[in-house]
Amino acid sequence: MDLFSISDDFWIDLGVTLLKIGFMLAVTVGFFAPILTWVERKQSAIMQDRIGANRADIMGFTALGLFHIMADGLKMFTKEDFIPQGANKFLHTLSPIIALVPAILTFAVVPFGGKYELWGYQVNLVISDLDVGLLFVFAIASLATYGYVVAGWSSNNNWSLLGSMRTASQMVSYEVTMGLTIIGVLMVYGTMQLDEIGAAQENFWRWGVFLQPLGFLMFLTASIAENKRIPFDNPEAESELVAGYFTEYSGLKFGMFFMAEFIEMVTIGAIVTILFFGGWHIPFVETQDIIDTFNFSWLGPSFANLIAMGIHVGVFFAKVCFFIFIQMTIRWTLPRFRYDQIMKLGWKILLPLSLVNVVVTGIVIMALK
Amino acid sequence: MELLIFYPLALVTILLALGVVFNTSPINSAVSLIGMMLGLAAVFVLLQAHFIAILQVIVYAGAIMVLFMFVIMLLNLKAGDDRAWKMRERNLYLSILTGVLILLGLYKLTDKIQSTEFGETAKLPDTFGTTIEVGTKLFTDYVLPFEVASILLLAAMVGAVVLAKNKVD
Repeated sequence: MDLFSISDDFWIDLGVTLLKIGFMLAVTVGFFAPILTWVERKQSAIMQDRIGANRADIMGFTALGLFHIMADGLKMFTKEDFIPQGANKFLHTLSPIIALVPAILTFAVVPFGGKYELWGYQVNLVISDLDVGLLFVFAIASLATYGYVVAGWSSNNNWSLLGSMRTASQMVSYEVTMGLTIIGVLMVYGTMQLDEIGAAQENFWRWGVFLQPLGFLMFLTASIAENKRIPFDNPEAESELVAGYFTEYSGLKFGMFFMAEFIEMVTIGAIVTILFFGGWHIPFVETQDIIDTFNFSWLGPSFANLIAMGIHVGVFFAKVCFFIFIQMTIRWTLPRFRYDQIMKLGWKILLPLSLVNVVVTGIVIMALK
Repeated sequence: MELLIFYPLALVTILLALGVVFNTSPINSAVSLIGMMLGLAAVFVLLQAHFIAILQVIVYAGAIMVLFMFVIMLLNLKAGDDRAWKMRERNLYLSILTGVLILLGLYKLTDKIQSTEFGETAKLPDTFGTTIEVGTKLFTDYVLPFEVASILLLAAMVGAVVLAKNKVD
């Protein structure tokens, strides 16, 4: 039996995949997660007519308060890592990891560009073009629940326990709606491969938001509820539960919960962009147009492809930023819903609506055939 | 190449499965069970059945185990709280019966393996394990079991609603 049969392209493929993984990690963990902490403080300040973070300085330079990111990071690193008495030490340490890993793992199937032919090598800008990509996102996102649930349980604190029970019920409720809205998208595009769904939206009028308008609204609502941000932040409701499931967390472990929330915002932005807003495509501009424009005779089509790739990646992340902005605006506009209101919205409004959406989508597809 | 991934994976999965049985604290058992489900899903991935693997994660690891955890937390079970567990420990006949059943199962399994002749591994078609393939099979060859199972689930759901409703009234 040949254990180590390796094909010729293996090392090139491995190198390219590692590059893509590195790029995704750099963008999400390295750029978005820290920058968003600053953006959120600054945006809330502007919306509430305050100045916001502006004190941390290096040699008198404040750089719009950007140094607060470093100050916060340093603070989290140097704080005491406190584990309360009677807590389950192993699970208490494990749960921030369970919460953070799924948030990062989702990006394995999120495409950030199309397919490009570069000097004879086919580049597909997605780390893994899984046949079940859409379900993968859904499955991995649902695993994050355990991080929050176990965190509350292992803290040996009633507020934490209440917070994690709310998390469990809220996430289970909204997962149902999320799964059903995804079915609508799946029926329209006929595939679960995220890069194919993105590629199918080259034509502006084929964007998911036009084909599944109700699906888009419900998906956005359900995913914000899954991320447990205001107005769905009952699991951590400061005025009732101190801080909910992470009451007993300090230092870097708290930082991991915090980071998971921000990375999940990026995930939501990316998935909404791919499913409903044309992925990496610019409205009314087809990939071939960009390639034709930059196809100078002396540099060859590969160079034009490279430029198209750069533009597409830029457009994709611009759209992601826009949806992060929307999520933040919602967070600083609405007050927190009551627990029964959240359950009512999930089970009595969104669930029937998403079922209707699936049925109507099916009827329309049958009628058009 | 696959074997290099399979053996560590199988080892971890079995260890976690043993963890489910030998842990006395319900929450530790539940966490081990989730880990074991994920290990099983990974084995499905190695078998090229991506769709089944994802379903394993969504349905078992994602949905059912959350409910398990929810119930454990709702009752706030701690280690040694489970009285039924102690009863089962003391019940000699039940233990013997379980042991005999497991032995019979193992005997049947080894018998089957020894009587099977292993040839060359068959080459899988490219479409194997894709969503379309599984869906087509489910709605053509296996449509009757599929529908029967869905009616069973529906009956269970209606039953749960009726039971809960009587309590509320």
